[in-house]
Amino acid sequence: MIANDWIQIFFSLTMVVLISPLVGRYLAWIYQSHHLSLERTVYRLLNVDPEKEMTWKEYGGAIVVSNGLFFVAGFLVLWAQAILPLNPRHLSPLTAEVAFNTAASFVTNTNWQAYAGEAQLSNFSQMVAITFLMFVGANTGIAALVAIFRGFTRSGSATLGNYWSDFFRFLIRAFLPACFLMALVHVWQGSPQTFQTAVSSKTLEGASQTLIVGPVASLESVKNLGTNGGGFYNANGAHPYENPTPLTNTLEFLEMGVFTFSLPFFFGRMIGRPRQGQVLFIVIFSLYLAGLGVIEYSEKMPNPLLAHAAIEQQATPFQDGGNTEGKEVRLGITQTSLFSNTTIAATTGAVDGAMDSMNPLSVLVYLVHMFLNEEPGGKGVGFAGLLKEAILAVFLAGLMVGRTPEFLGKKIESREIKLSALSLLVTPLLVLGLTALSVVIPAGKSSMDNPGPHGFMEVLYAFASGNANNGSAMAGLNVSTPYYAILIGVEMILSRFLPLLPLLAMAGALAKKKTLPETSGTFKTDTSLFVVLLLGFMILFAALTFLPPLILGPLLEHLSILHGVSF
Amino acid sequence: MKQKEVQNYGMYMEATLQSLAMLNPAKLYRNPVMFIVEIGSILTTSMAIYSVMTHSGGTAFGAMISIWLWLTIGFANFAESLAELRGKAQASSLRSTRAETTARLVTPVGFSHVSGSELKKKDQFVVEAGEIIPTDGEILEGVASIDESAITGESAPVIRESGGDRSGVTGGTRVLAGSLRVSVSNNPGETFLDRMISLVEGANRQKSPNEIALTILLVGLTLIFLFVVAAIPAFSSYSGIKSSPTILIALLVCLIPTTIAGLLPAIGIAGIDRAFRANVIAKSGKAVEVAGDIDILLLDKTGTITFGNRQAVQFIPVAGVSEKEVARESYFASLSDETPEGKSIVLLAAPMLTLKTPPGGLVPIPFTPETRMSGADSVEGEIRKGAEDAVSAYAGSPFSSDIKEIISTIAKSGGTPLVVAKNKKPLGVIHLKDIIKPGLKERFARLRKMGVTTVMVTGDNPLTARAIAEEAGLDDFFAQAKPEDKMALIKKEQEKGRLVAMTGDGTNDAPSLAQADVALAMNSGTQAAKEAGNMVDLDSDPTKIIEVVEIGKQLLITRGALTTFSIANDVAKYFAILPAMFVVAYPQLKVLNIMGLATPESAVTSAIIFNALIIPALIPLALKGVSYRPVGASALLRRNLLIYGLGGILVPFVGIKLIDMALVLLHFT
Repeated sequence: MIANDWIQIFFSLTMVVLISPLVGRYLAWIYQSHHLSLERTVYRLLNVDPEKEMTWKEYGGAIVVSNGLFFVAGFLVLWAQAILPLNPRHLSPLTAEVAFNTAASFVTNTNWQAYAGEAQLSNFSQMVAITFLMFVGANTGIAALVAIFRGFTRSGSATLGNYWSDFFRFLIRAFLPACFLMALVHVWQGSPQTFQTAVSSKTLEGASQTLIVGPVASLESVKNLGTNGGGFYNANGAHPYENPTPLTNTLEFLEMGVFTFSLPFFFGRMIGRPRQGQVLFIVIFSLYLAGLGVIEYSEKMPNPLLAHAAIEQQATPFQDGGNTEGKEVRLGITQTSLFSNTTIAATTGAVDGAMDSMNPLSVLVYLVHMFLNEEPGGKGVGFAGLLKEAILAVFLAGLMVGRTPEFLGKKIESREIKLSALSLLVTPLLVLGLTALSVVIPAGKSSMDNPGPHGFMEVLYAFASGNANNGSAMAGLNVSTPYYAILIGVEMILSRFLPLLPLLAMAGALAKKKTLPETSGTFKTDTSLFVVLLLGFMILFAALTFLPPLILGPLLEHLSILHGVSF
Repeated sequence: MKQKEVQNYGMYMEATLQSLAMLNPAKLYRNPVMFIVEIGSILTTSMAIYSVMTHSGGTAFGAMISIWLWLTIGFANFAESLAELRGKAQASSLRSTRAETTARLVTPVGFSHVSGSELKKKDQFVVEAGEIIPTDGEILEGVASIDESAITGESAPVIRESGGDRSGVTGGTRVLAGSLRVSVSNNPGETFLDRMISLVEGANRQKSPNEIALTILLVGLTLIFLFVVAAIPAFSSYSGIKSSPTILIALLVCLIPTTIAGLLPAIGIAGIDRAFRANVIAKSGKAVEVAGDIDILLLDKTGTITFGNRQAVQFIPVAGVSEKEVARESYFASLSDETPEGKSIVLLAAPMLTLKTPPGGLVPIPFTPETRMSGADSVEGEIRKGAEDAVSAYAGSPFSSDIKEIISTIAKSGGTPLVVAKNKKPLGVIHLKDIIKPGLKERFARLRKMGVTTVMVTGDNPLTARAIAEEAGLDDFFAQAKPEDKMALIKKEQEKGRLVAMTGDGTNDAPSLAQADVALAMNSGTQAAKEAGNMVDLDSDPTKIIEVVEIGKQLLITRGALTTFSIANDVAKYFAILPAMFVVAYPQLKVLNIMGLATPESAVTSAIIFNALIIPALIPLALKGVSYRPVGASALLRRNLLIYGLGGILVPFVGIKLIDMALVLLHFT
């Protein structure tokens, strides 16, 4: 690594650390203040009563029903694309299974793309189906998280707030304005924003080239700010129209991080314990930094298999040293490492390089990030997952102080444990189960373009990505087959709602409980000891669950490369 | 000592037999984790037998794994049986004291002699000096001195009488003097001891709330590890690795939390048993567990914090009178005073006097409600002692300022001033003081570190209450309390989400005892109090509640520590078994065999042996409990995380390596 790399990393991370607390404070204000007149107008138009308190069941019901409607709307638009307006290129509709997969993917904030954006979608689909679902998917996550927060802020309450109020507050006061502002910035930096679909140009060789354009800038800002990740173009953030300059690369990195890294601070403010928020941020950020360290180390490492080919792998004034395969030369290794670590940790899924070309140790980090899915994780649900892990860790360790464990003044008893454990089961069941199925049956194996551990890793990555609502992919696996489109579509829906509903139920149970006063016998959770405990619990748990596939995938490939073995 | 060894040996034999009986799946399903181990054992055993019949090889390895899997269940069952037997032994040693006594049952026509075990609730019996009380009951008539050493181990006899708060008698104790008519309080088989015994017996044992929550978590972990292991054959098959069902089952058993699942019942029983050893009978396992959660402890001043009576500590003369003179007059005024205060005055004054011959014609004047004074008359005149206002009225003139100052100093310090006057002239003041039981201050400090707030409840005025609370090191006090106030106080604190503990013995304590989260009733107390409380202290020592709190905490800590240890152990077992599974096909994975285990078979066998042996190795800890230190939650957690978390990760690496080396030495590889 050279000084330039350090400067890039230091600058980017400093921005995150400086901005996140402010945004967290702003988000807390959004939810602790009165309705704005604009919001009242929206409620009147939609005929909803923002004061109507909902139980966890009503809240969960509102999430499921509204998301069900969003999903159907998105599916219909994609499926009927051919007869809808703004389709001068006469693109044919998506197949039913890919339309299903895409609608499921975008409504769940996953943005897994079983289609190629510019080649298969009209501008109408890009705006009405894709961009719309990007907004509601991210917003639903935040609303659910706020309801879960109320489990801790309320005492002796049967309700968790109003879904519509929680939904529109974030949308109107934070999400839309931020997206609008950043869309203008993206236009300024060179992203197209137009209803036109294609422009022609002459290349240097004199050949003629058709470039696909459209409402790229607006999609780009919500793609990153909403930790969505589904690009306008198939090449996603590596495409010069999506990510034209090193400045946009850094801005997109910040867009991905700004709301997600602010969630712990938001939480701390909401529960009136800012310190607790800082401590949870440290937990998240330590995992993030550890991941970044391994990725940067692994990508800067020369590949021993290429040692005897006459390839210069060391850094020179004209190139980065290490694994430049699949990376944009204009961005370089460090920017790609930063971007990829963030996109996975924040489960955005946007990419500015080829994930399939990353070194196996980097993929190991991506996989671990996705298994944990809470550092900071996707819009809202990732952080809710962190709270679940905290509850389980506190339960185990809390017993060791000789009291019925408490987290933030709430007693952790069988109901909470039952619901957390239920939520915890989903990831191992889906990721391990679907990967196991797909690597043995022909329908799964026929999509695999790579043999050996790399092929295995691609399948594992696909299901981990679908499960974590991440959406990035290793391109070596053909996922537009009906088998993968349907399976991953179902997986995305299950892994979005199956863990979320038990957590809402748990919040419902917690809100009913009294908030207990702290005594000197209470285990304090805003200390460095808690950081160590939670980190230890998360890492231990993820390792115990996923060590076998991690050994047979990335670790085996890594060791094979070191031993000069290829498959 | 010898006899105890024989006894222990018998207990081990019985526990072994019992653990074999518990292999019955119909019984084992109560412990889901162990139930899965049993299914695994049946599978590996069948496979081993099949391999013998088909000569397909691998029999020795399969047999070895099967044996250790069965042993794993056996060890877990043994832990539970042993805890159960120890509890039962303790209880039945008490029960035996009342086994064969004859009772004189009161019938409409007189008495009939029946066996003590036939007495039913509401029956009445009479018992006289020298006889053993046949069963628990409440005194209807009479007063007696009773030797309760059979139950409490305390040799000093106690007084029990009808009407008051000391009307309860316990079966198996002996009447030394007096005679009693007693109403039986429980049907046979329903006494506290019987309930206690059923608490430690498997059949009736209810899991406590925390135990249920932990079991859910353990089942959740077991399911996850089931998914993990179930996926491995598919992963292996893709990677071209042949998977062995025996190794997969071994891996599953190693991963699921067998250690804690095996020891969990034993930990619970041992908790109740520890309370029992402290002579506290818990009515449910939950009661002991909740004791660990207590936030506030209500303590009566009299009898709990202080000895029942005040004692003279100082004679303070007015100007112009010597201390010795006040002592002398106080001495003679109190010579015939039979109250504890009077006796303490005599005790305090005696060493200060050179001449103890009483003046001629000394006639004691007893205390009357009218004068509210006592004293003595003699040839020297009248000596009177009493409260400030009483003596002032007797003297007929207001006190001088110096005596008033003495009085107010004593009152402010929490003491009771007693003015002594001779021939209507005040001589000085006796300082009477509540005497705080020794060692309490340290115990309250200990409680504070545990996070328990101590509150003293007293009928005294706030000034006195404050002084005593400060001296005893209590956190708070509630002065001028009436019995119904206690109830209101408990409710108020519970409303704030706090858990309240209290002790009590009187009938008027019963509603509060029923309301409190942890209520320790005194065995000497009324039946109503004993019914209302969720624990009964056989020693009738109110400060025993502190021990109960510690036992509750210890119970939770032991559970948490062993769970953490159990899960942390999985890391090393993974590093033993996973390389063993994959390294033949992929030699580049050899680096994962960080323990350098000899062969794949020895690695798997070592892990499974370690997994089995750790259960009996931890039985003593489960029964004894992890030691509790009141050092504050964070310090305690740091310590326990280091020992059971980090230790839990490291110990099995060493253990498995040693077992592997032993296997190599014995050519078991």
